[in-house]
Amino acid sequence: MRKRSENIRDKLLPAGAFALILLIWWALSASGIIPGFMLPSPWDMISALFRDFPNLMTHAWVSIQEAVYGLLIGVLLAFGLACAMDRFGMLEKAVLPLLVVTQTIPTIAIAPLLVLWMGFGMAPKITLVVITTFFPVAVGLLDGFKSVDPDAVALLRSMNATRWQIFRHVKIPASLPFFFSGLRVSASYAVVGAVISEWLGGFEGLGVYMTRVRKAYAFDKMFAVILLIVIVSLLLMKLVNVIKTAAMPWLKYRKETDGTQRKTV
Amino acid sequence: MELLRTENISKSYSGRMILRDISMHLEKGELVSLLGLSGSGKTTLLNILSGLIRPDTGSVYLSGAEITGQPGHISYMLQKDLLLEHKRVIDNVALPLIIRGMKKEEARKRAEPCFRDFDLEGTQTLYPSQLSGGMRQRAALLRTYLGSQGVILLDEPFSALDMITREQLHAWYLDIMSRMGFSTVLITHDVDEAIQLSDRIYLLTGSPGEIHHEIRVDCPRNTRQDFNLLPEFAAYKRQIRDILQEAMRTSNAAG
Ligand SMILES: Nc1ncnc2c1ncn2[C@@H]1O[C@H](COP(=O)(O)OP(=O)(O)OP(=O)(O)O)[C@@H](O)[C@H]1O
Ligand SMILES: [Mg+2]
Repeated sequence: MRKRSENIRDKLLPAGAFALILLIWWALSASGIIPGFMLPSPWDMISALFRDFPNLMTHAWVSIQEAVYGLLIGVLLAFGLACAMDRFGMLEKAVLPLLVVTQTIPTIAIAPLLVLWMGFGMAPKITLVVITTFFPVAVGLLDGFKSVDPDAVALLRSMNATRWQIFRHVKIPASLPFFFSGLRVSASYAVVGAVISEWLGGFEGLGVYMTRVRKAYAFDKMFAVILLIVIVSLLLMKLVNVIKTAAMPWLKYRKETDGTQRKTV
Repeated sequence: MELLRTENISKSYSGRMILRDISMHLEKGELVSLLGLSGSGKTTLLNILSGLIRPDTGSVYLSGAEITGQPGHISYMLQKDLLLEHKRVIDNVALPLIIRGMKKEEARKRAEPCFRDFDLEGTQTLYPSQLSGGMRQRAALLRTYLGSQGVILLDEPFSALDMITREQLHAWYLDIMSRMGFSTVLITHDVDEAIQLSDRIYLLTGSPGEIHHEIRVDCPRNTRQDFNLLPEFAAYKRQIRDILQEAMRTSNAAG
């Protein structure tokens, strides 16, 4: 019972905070403290979202495609590299510091380069998403592989398991929680990465829409597209969580630590 | 019939000798204990028997064939149960069969009838985190049994359990050993446990660890249940305690 009321409280608190911020925002714009053309009211934002809905959806679809393709490619690359680094310690020593350095290069600085190299199509956007999503997943997986109990590996070795069997039965499952934490972070970067790269050139996408409405000083539409980006990002993270729950069904039983659910000897 | 034999096994780690000249053997159907104080090299010896590590010198034979440094011949239960939390119990216990290349369905079919023997009926589709301590131990023992070709190595399998559960498992283990007809090398630092379960006890003493004493425990399996309440049990206990104390005195005097 206690758990349930805690659960409700955990949902109510952020909802309350969110409502409060909306209220303050509305008060600021409605009272005219901040002029309406600079800070549209929440209501203006929502109505802009619905007025321009079909157009926004066309652009969103492009951004979502870039984000998802980029994320998928990023994850595949990360998986390949993490496996290789786990297998060959030398590779990890050589490559990991380089990877860390690349993470300090701001996305916004590489984006124009990518556009110059690859043109105005989807390619530079997807590439940028790959670059931003690759790292959290790779590092998560690498940490996951290291989290494996060496005794579990010894057990498998005593059964004369091959390196691949040890990988498949012990290392991969143990690294899944780390992988999914990384993937969640990456999913939140993916949409933002796509949008930022669209700012710098292109014909479609939420980033392109954003630059257009900015030039027209359409603040309500500006806010509407920000809201849409937030929603899309949250949905993508939610999707990751759904996949995570499906991929690790055994975690459901972890929480029953009070003993009442256990069978006795 | 002799199943397992070691000849003059020695092992050093970074110049420090851990085991010296260990020669021991295991007969078919026997339970033999390696009894030694903490840090005497018991786990190291089992790692060598299982083929996980190579001895510096000496050899291990299984049914006459040399298997020194070759894993996969002798089934080994390490100091923890090491059930994989992401696999259901049936897939955990069938793991050694799958590692050997058996198809998953076939391995499950092989494992299935053993659940009754190991008192695990109904746990097949549960995850390890849903089992009690005693059940986890029996599941790990079943996995070890399914991977075995007659010889099982156990590294302190009962030490983490409470006294009642442990005594129940002791009786159960001797029974299942006789029924399924396998043989066991058991590591323990618990003198009572060694006497209660063993047909023979090797005392691993000193540093480096050596075997100077072998004690045969004369008590048929079917009267083992209350063995620890008999005077003979106390006599064995006294004998072993004296040897261990003497060994400690000499090693203290030497060091
Ligand atoms: N890989 C290793 N490298 C260096 N020293 C080791 C290694 N493995 C074990 N040792 C040392 O060998 C000695 C014996 O270790 P071992 O684990 O075999 O003892 P044990 O009898 O199993 O002890 P316990 O009862 O605590 O399990 C210890 O002093 C330990 O520090
Ligand atoms: Mg040990």
